[in-house]
Amino acid sequence: MSTATVTRATRASRIAMIIAALALIVLALAPWWAGRADLRLMGEIFLYLSLACLWNLMAGYAGLVSVGQQAFVGFGGYMLFALTIFGGLHPIAAILLAGVLAAALSVPVAALIFRLKGAYFAIGTWVVAEVFRLTFAQISALGGGSGTSLPVGIVKSLADGRSAREALSYWLALGAAVTVMACVYLFLRSRRGLALTAIRDSETAAAGLGIDIWRTKLEVYVVTSAFTAVIGGLLFLQKLRISPDAAFSVNDWTAFVIFIVVIGGIGTLEGPIIGTLLFFLLRETLADFGTIYLMVLGAVAIVIMLKAPKGVWGLVRDRYDLELFPLSYRVNTQNKGN
Amino acid sequence: MPALLSISGLHKSFGAVVVADGTSFEVAEGEAVGILGPNGAGKTSLFNLITGALPPDAGTITFGGQDISATGAAQRCKMGIARSFQVPQPFGGMTVFENALVGAMEGAGLRGAEAEAHVLSVLDDTGLLLKANVRAGTLTLLERKRLEMARALAARPRLLLLDEIAGGLTEAECTALIETIQRVHAGGTTIIWIEHVVHALLAVVERLIVIDFGKKIAEGPPKTIMDSAQVKEIYLGVDPDV
Ligand SMILES: Nc1ncnc2c1ncn2[C@@H]1O[C@H](COP(=O)(O)OP(=O)(O)OP(=O)(O)O)[C@@H](O)[C@H]1O
Ligand SMILES: [Mg+2]
Repeated sequence: MSTATVTRATRASRIAMIIAALALIVLALAPWWAGRADLRLMGEIFLYLSLACLWNLMAGYAGLVSVGQQAFVGFGGYMLFALTIFGGLHPIAAILLAGVLAAALSVPVAALIFRLKGAYFAIGTWVVAEVFRLTFAQISALGGGSGTSLPVGIVKSLADGRSAREALSYWLALGAAVTVMACVYLFLRSRRGLALTAIRDSETAAAGLGIDIWRTKLEVYVVTSAFTAVIGGLLFLQKLRISPDAAFSVNDWTAFVIFIVVIGGIGTLEGPIIGTLLFFLLRETLADFGTIYLMVLGAVAIVIMLKAPKGVWGLVRDRYDLELFPLSYRVNTQNKGN
Repeated sequence: MPALLSISGLHKSFGAVVVADGTSFEVAEGEAVGILGPNGAGKTSLFNLITGALPPDAGTITFGGQDISATGAAQRCKMGIARSFQVPQPFGGMTVFENALVGAMEGAGLRGAEAEAHVLSVLDDTGLLLKANVRAGTLTLLERKRLEMARALAARPRLLLLDEIAGGLTEAECTALIETIQRVHAGGTTIIWIEHVVHALLAVVERLIVIDFGKKIAEGPPKTIMDSAQVKEIYLGVDPDV
């Protein structure tokens, strides 16, 4: 007779959680140990990490390969400006409300683009983002095509003094990244997350086992779009200036994010973290070389896609059977007797 | 006994290829039915129509007294129809245990410890317990076929559809498989089994249906069917080996 027990955490995942908790404490104290430029850079890293986690959930798990999430980044950014300037809201309230509005907006968008499959879906998402860009370029109260700055009064309402503001902006970015990662992790660990992972691996089999594919995808799309808009609001709270081209940039908010997810390891929770670190490492070391930097990024992406289609994390995971976030179930069988 | 599954006037074609040509039959609750037919006859397509993976061009399917012709695949599984895929479709990045857990949670609606215990017993039954932590993408073809059955069983189906799971097994493995299916059947599960390994099929089923070019050409007790001239013609060279 054999008895079996089921556990989820592994030794590696327990160690990873302790390291993550310690790193989080150190990062939370950064305004006291890091310079102004480093603080800004780290804030940007956290926001990119958030975008990458969200895109990974949508494309890597739900199979919704969007090249148009800049629609929601830009929407969130513009809502920050519109709701503070015309609605008189506090910037943080405006950013949270932007997320709610983006969720509502994503439902009709999904109804439209979910009819499209594969490459047509991707093109559809890009067209939607272009429509968003052209629409916001028409709104003269927000500066039309040339954009607008966040009024000084609103900027000052955030905190007194520049360094206090920059610290707050940093903490908001860190908080957003932690919230996104925690939500994605808890979701993937839940029953619904197991179903989503099944969809990632085979939609045919998932449907045959009782998973409502369409509804699951819609939920993922709505939630990721809402979070993406919140991140958009935070990105433009750092920049303090918005224009249609910056807000709806396919390069900044989608191409780089896809690069991050693909080189890190699509369809894994760890991939976007590794990818974000690699991306910023490359960007900061190559910053002085101008356009060469983009060519190197492209070359790295091609080499990784050819040599390690599952990304850097895919390589590590397959070789060492590692898992930093304890999502897996482990069955432990002990033979009684004999 | 009332019919658990009732199919009438089912039509489906892919351009010129007709995979269901006015197919009608019934399967009673608790019955085990075998389906025979040459390659490309439309057997797997019939399963796709029953499970909702394919929409029919015409005809109705009722299950447990309810018309499910327009019901989605996921809902049909929740109602109690589970199948194995002839070409295995494992969740490659998930472990064997997790693959079956999807069936237990989504198909059978089990939760927590109850779902885990059910999966463990299914894996034990299907001989996959020692592979529980293995990523399904790394399994051999035979193991993948076994996983197909385990996953379907984990969904606790009223109607289990098995699509060619006995091919390529050794004598001992085949005997073990037959015993597993007999046990499932004895537990009250209704079974429809598509199988080219005729002796395995005949060890389990109480009735045979023969399909050719999407048409049901014979139906009845296994002995009568296997002896009929029509079936012998189609299966010329195939030794029933009973
Ligand atoms: N989705 C599809 N699109 C087009 N043709 C299809 C599709 N599915 C099946 N067919 C065709 O329909 C015919 C019947 O296929 P099906 O898989 O149902 O046969 P089968 O009886 O299961 O055969 P086998 O014994 O080889 O498994 C084949 O000619 C196949 O090529
Ligand atoms: Mg077939």
